[in-house]
Formats: sequence, C-alpha cells, structure tokens
Amino acid sequence: MAKLELKNLHVALEDGTPIVKGVDLTIASGEVHAIMGPNGSGKSTLAYAIAGHPAYEITEGQIVLDGVDITEAGADERAQAGLFLAFQYPHAIPGVTVTNFLRQAINAVRKARNGGVDNPMPVPEFRKAFLAKMDDLKVSRELASRYLNDGFSGGEKKRVEILQMAMLEPKIAVLDETDSGLDIDALKVVAEGVQQLVGPNMGALVITHYQRILNYIKPDFVHVFVDGRIVEQGGSELAEKLEVSGYEEWEVKEEVHA
Amino acid sequence: MAQTESEIVQEIGADYGTKYGFSNPDEAKDYFFKSGRGLSHELVDAISAHKDEPEWMRKFRHKSLDYFNARPMPTWGGMPSLTEIDFENIFYYIKPTENQVNSWEDLPADIKDTWDKLGIPEAEKKYLAGVGAQYESEVVYHKLQESLEKQGVLFLDTDTALREHEDVFKQYFGTIIPQNDNKFAALNSAVWSGGSFIYVPKGVHIELPLQAYFRINAENMGQFERTLIIVDEDAYVHYVEGCTAPIYSSDSLHSAVVEIVVKKGGRCRYTTIQNWSNNVYNLVTKRAVAEQNATMEWVDGNLGSKLTMKYPAIWLMGDGAHGEVLSIAFAGKGQHQDAGGKCVHAAPNTTSVITSKSISKNGGRAGYRGLLEVAKGARGAKSKVVCDALILDDESRSDTYPYIRIDENDVNIGHEATVSKIGEEQLFYLMSRGLNEAEASAMVVSGFVEPITKELPLEYAVEMNRLIQLQMEGSVG
Ligand SMILES: Nc1ncnc2c1ncn2[C@@H]1O[C@H](COP(=O)(O)OP(=O)(O)OP(=O)(O)O)[C@@H](O)[C@H]1O
Ligand SMILES: [Mg+2]
Repeated sequence: MAKLELKNLHVALEDGTPIVKGVDLTIASGEVHAIMGPNGSGKSTLAYAIAGHPAYEITEGQIVLDGVDITEAGADERAQAGLFLAFQYPHAIPGVTVTNFLRQAINAVRKARNGGVDNPMPVPEFRKAFLAKMDDLKVSRELASRYLNDGFSGGEKKRVEILQMAMLEPKIAVLDETDSGLDIDALKVVAEGVQQLVGPNMGALVITHYQRILNYIKPDFVHVFVDGRIVEQGGSELAEKLEVSGYEEWEVKEEVHA
Repeated sequence: MAQTESEIVQEIGADYGTKYGFSNPDEAKDYFFKSGRGLSHELVDAISAHKDEPEWMRKFRHKSLDYFNARPMPTWGGMPSLTEIDFENIFYYIKPTENQVNSWEDLPADIKDTWDKLGIPEAEKKYLAGVGAQYESEVVYHKLQESLEKQGVLFLDTDTALREHEDVFKQYFGTIIPQNDNKFAALNSAVWSGGSFIYVPKGVHIELPLQAYFRINAENMGQFERTLIIVDEDAYVHYVEGCTAPIYSSDSLHSAVVEIVVKKGGRCRYTTIQNWSNNVYNLVTKRAVAEQNATMEWVDGNLGSKLTMKYPAIWLMGDGAHGEVLSIAFAGKGQHQDAGGKCVHAAPNTTSVITSKSISKNGGRAGYRGLLEVAKGARGAKSKVVCDALILDDESRSDTYPYIRIDENDVNIGHEATVSKIGEEQLFYLMSRGLNEAEASAMVVSGFVEPITKELPLEYAVEMNRLIQLQMEGSVG
C-alpha cells in the first residue's frame, strides 16, 4: 500500500506569485482522484510541484510519500521513490529514441531502488515487457525507434506518456490532462490502460476538464479546484454535475470572499 | 541495438584518470631509444639515421624544419594558448621497443598491459580487419587479416612502407599536404615517425574497419605520426583511429599529417575518436583528394586535448565526387576545440555535406571553423553546411566561423547554424523519469550528436556515447 499526502501545500512561481494556496489531499493505492477546475486555476502547477519541478517553489506545507517527507527532494529522487507525472505538454528529446530513453530511465530507477548499485533489467525482459505494453496501449511499434516526442502528434505524445508510466510502474501517478488531444478510440484504450494499473500497487490523480475520461477511469473522489484550492469534494456524480453547470458557482463565491 | 548501447552506457562510472590516464612511469629507462629534449637539425639527422632512411627523406626533413622555423605561429584559432607550447621541452622521438611485433604476447609486459587496458586486442578479435598500435613514436604492433593480405591490401606502419614500398610511397608522400602547408605540417614533415600506410587495390572492399591506436605514455612527449592512404578505383576502406594519453601537469604535443587519395569510384571513410588527456596540444592536418565519382568521408570526434586545431579537408577533383565531414567537438573545463571541415569543389557535379556539432561546458570553448569553396567551372556543385552548437552553462563559449567562397554561378549551397542550451524543461522531464541531473544532461547531449554517432559502427557509437557520458560526469553541480 502506497500513500501520497499533500499537507496544506502552497506553491509559488519564481517571482513569488502564489498559485496553489493550501491543498490537503491524500491519495492511496487503489484510489483514483480526479481534479477538475478552470483554465489557469493551478492544476498543472500542483502537478509540477508534486513531481519536483525546480521552478515551482513550495512555500508552505509538505509532500509525504509513504511517511517520508519528500518536500525538498529532487525530481529524480521522487521518481525513484515511485512518483510519476504524465505531462500535459511532454517535451521532445531529439536524437534519443523512445526505447533507449525508457531503458535508461528504468535502469536509473532500478539502480536507485537497489541502494545505488546497478541492477539493469535484462534486455530480453525489457523487450518483452515493452512490446506487450505497446500492444496493450495500441502504441505503434514504429514509435519505439523514433526520437522521444520529436514530431509526435498530440495523441502520440499522450499515449507514450502512459506507456512510460506502464513501464516505470509508479506507486502514485499524476495524469495532467492526458485525455486532451486523444481521439475517442485512443481515449478509451489509454484510460483502460490506466484503470488496469490502478490497484494494490498504484493510485492515480487524474487532472481533466472532461467527464468522458472518467467513464473509463472510475474516480473514487472528485475534487473541484478553483484558484489554487480544492473548493468542493464528492464522488463521480460531481464530475457529471460540473459537465453541466461549470465552475461559475465557486468562482463567484471566491470573488465574494475576496 | 539501442539496448546494447544504453546497457553499456549504464556501466559507466570511471573517469578519465583510471580509464585512460594511467602511465608506465618506470619505463623511461627501458625505452630502446630516447632522444633528448628540443628540436634541431641534429635531432632530425638522428631520427633519419635511426630509421636508416633514404637520402631524399633526410633532405625532406631538414627542409621541413627550415620551413617550420621560418613560419610564424598562426594568430588565429588556438591563440593565446598556442604561444605557451615550449618546443624546447619536448621529446621528439622515443622508440619504445627494438622491433615491431605481430603478436600482442611479444610486447614487453607493461606495454602489452597498456593495450589490454585500452581494450585493443579484444576489439581486434571482435570487429576489426587489422590493427596498428603506436606507442610514443613507433608502431609497436601491427597486423592485418591474412585474407586481405592475399588480396593485395597493404596496411603497414609508415616507416615500414617507406622501406618496403618506396616507389608508391614516394609517388604520393607530401603531395596532398606539402611540407610547407602550415607550421605544424612542416613540423610533422621534419620529425614524423610512425602512422599508417594503407593501399587498397582496385575493387577490393574491406568490410571490417582497420584501426590504428595512438598512445602517448611519456611526459612532454611529441607524437608526429604520418598517415598515407590510397584507395584505388572502386575500392573501399573504413579506417578508424583512437588516441589517449596519461594526465600530466606539463604539456605534450601531437601533430599528425594525414594524406588520402581516393581514386575513381572509390570510397574512404576515416573516423577519429580523439580522447587525448587535457595536457595535449592536438594540431593536426588532414586532407583528402577525391577523384571522379569517389567518396571521401571524415568522421571526426574530438573529446579530449587541451587545444585541438583540426579541419579535415576534402578536395573534390573529379566529376561527381562526393565529400562529407561529420564533426563533433566537445570542450570541457580548460579545453579549446577549434574544429571543423573544408570542402573544395574543383569539378562539376561535385557534392558535399558538412555537419558539425559542438558542445561546450564548464568554461570550455568549442567551435566550428569551416571553409566551403566552389571553383569557377564546378557547375552543378551542391553543398550543405549545418553547424549546431550546444552550450551547457553560462561560462562556456561557442564560436562559428563559416567561410564560404563561390566562384561559380550554377551551384546550390545551403547553410544553417543554430546555438542552443539545454532547457530546464527538458532536464526536468527526464529527471521526472528517474534520471539524475548528469544522466539527463548526458542524454540530451548524446541525442544532440546522434546524427553523427548513428553513422558509426555500433562499437564506436557506444564508445563515443561512453566518452560523452564521461565528459558530462561531475559537470553538473
Ligand atoms: N512558469 C510559469 N511562469 C509564469 N506563469 C506561470 C508559470 N506556470 C504557471 N503560471 C501561471 O500560473 C497559473 C496557473 O497555471 P497552471 O498551468 O497551473 O493552470 P492549469 O490549471 O493547469 O490550467 P489549464 O487548465 O489551462 O491547463 C496561470 O495563471 C499560469 O499563467
Ligand atoms: Mg494545466
């Protein structure tokens, strides 16, 4: 059982502008949490802060993974500890093939988990897992020998993010708008792929604007996120309600309070 | 393929010091012959006498020394560090063993041990058609696959070639790079020793690479090998050279001359993985002539040395000749890589591509210096020059000097240059997958040079990536 706890988390930009303004959230393996909120409300900022992006400063509060405070840990250490972020906008690494990149990433994680001693995944084992997961997620095998995200379509990038997740087997995965850019068929395949991984070994935080992905990844909790805060929590019915009425209710409330 | 590569990259942990920087300190007394320090006509006589050379070569050396003395130091490229070379403090000729051998077992133990540590005998077994191993001034080991010998391929050290094949030697020696071509070519012409001589007969394709490995062991050593390659009509050879040296606090000098002739329809690929220690001045002149429909390719990886000035050149002399220069220059702390390439189009329908990738970090300086020339009458000439620079931090520097001279109207010339830095976002992306900062930067860098490493045989691509990884280690703090 893994558990990620965000305790009164505050995140600011490098210039000091506060974006995330006190988030309390606990995600355990087996659970799916959905975060829904308007553009610019700070969802990606929250995701980056969880993953350890150096440009986003945690000004208050804590991030705790399995009882260990990782608020100050580097992005690499967090990944090694079992966090994964599927990026809203994945970056291209020209000249580095998907295969090569993934193998090195997996071996870096394995090394860290092996007390700093090399413990590379045997090539045949890697190949087998890689090919099986590509097929599961309907990722074209041709992509494996392409350069990571270089010239990938929006949908291809998103699929490869989930492929990476499937290969790296994180404890807690944060998916930042993985659904946007995917066509309907791909959405189904990818979402089912994620759903399959959720279980005793993984919990997920799914950031999305649309209820549709939640048809395939059943959220246990839906959090409405407005202006850097969780303003309401509920079950999957909340997502359906949002689809109809939007965020106006909370945005107005915010203004009244301000 | 990719897996093997990353697997080997995973094994990396050592630094230059333990991998290449070792030396055999007590050996000096065991050298078969060691000249005194300094450069003089007496030294030239001693070298020539020692090698029992024909009179024309002795004269050639003396005249070259006069040229060297008369020429001023170049004021471009490696200044001001060039002025720091103390020519009087250098050993110009060291003969480590009495005879060359063709079995590793026959070498003195410490010299054999050096080659073992560098993995050369192992590589020979696995993927090479022939090997020459030069230690200080002389090629101590040399061997070519028998099947190639039978086909008339010559792969010898240059001294032996002069002794045994003087006619063909004399026909080409010093014709591609005249002895007075530049100050360092003159120096090499005066005191040259060792290097490779290759002749590939008409139509013979040598499938596996021939490799030469150059090792400097002594402090303040000057290594001046001289290489001459003749690829006859429709023949093919891939020649690879590697070089390393121990780390010393005072400087050594490596100044080679490489001349190549590729005849009609032939193809020559020349790959260099230069990894001298950071106390070596590496001032090398390389030039090839490509005849009708011939192809010449220089793949030039410069990772080591204190200062490198090297611009492999191709003269496209025959209709339809093709030239390619792929250059990687990586400059770390205290290093200056002034690398690049030259292509001269002297015949119609000739084509060339120059691709340069330079990387600088920790205050290093890496640059591209290139010349593209199209002579009048070279109608239909096509050329593309791409030079990309990657600067890893604010202390480091990159320069681009792309000279272009065109005297013909009917040409098609393209030139692109980019300068970039490793983005924080790219690094974060990779680190969020579990790679540490050094591994993530190394990955971005190996991706940057991939257009060149992918041209290398796997073993060398792995080697190149490994060296890049080594260069990257400890660079991030
Ligand atoms: N690196 C940055 N530099 C400047 N402003 C930033 C930066 N990162 C985030 N912001 C600002 O912080 C706010 C929150 O951005 P964030 O990307 O977290 O929103 P979001 O909720 O993910 O929006 P969307 O739904 O559009 O993806 C926005 O106003 C954004 O412009
Ligand atoms: Mg966002």
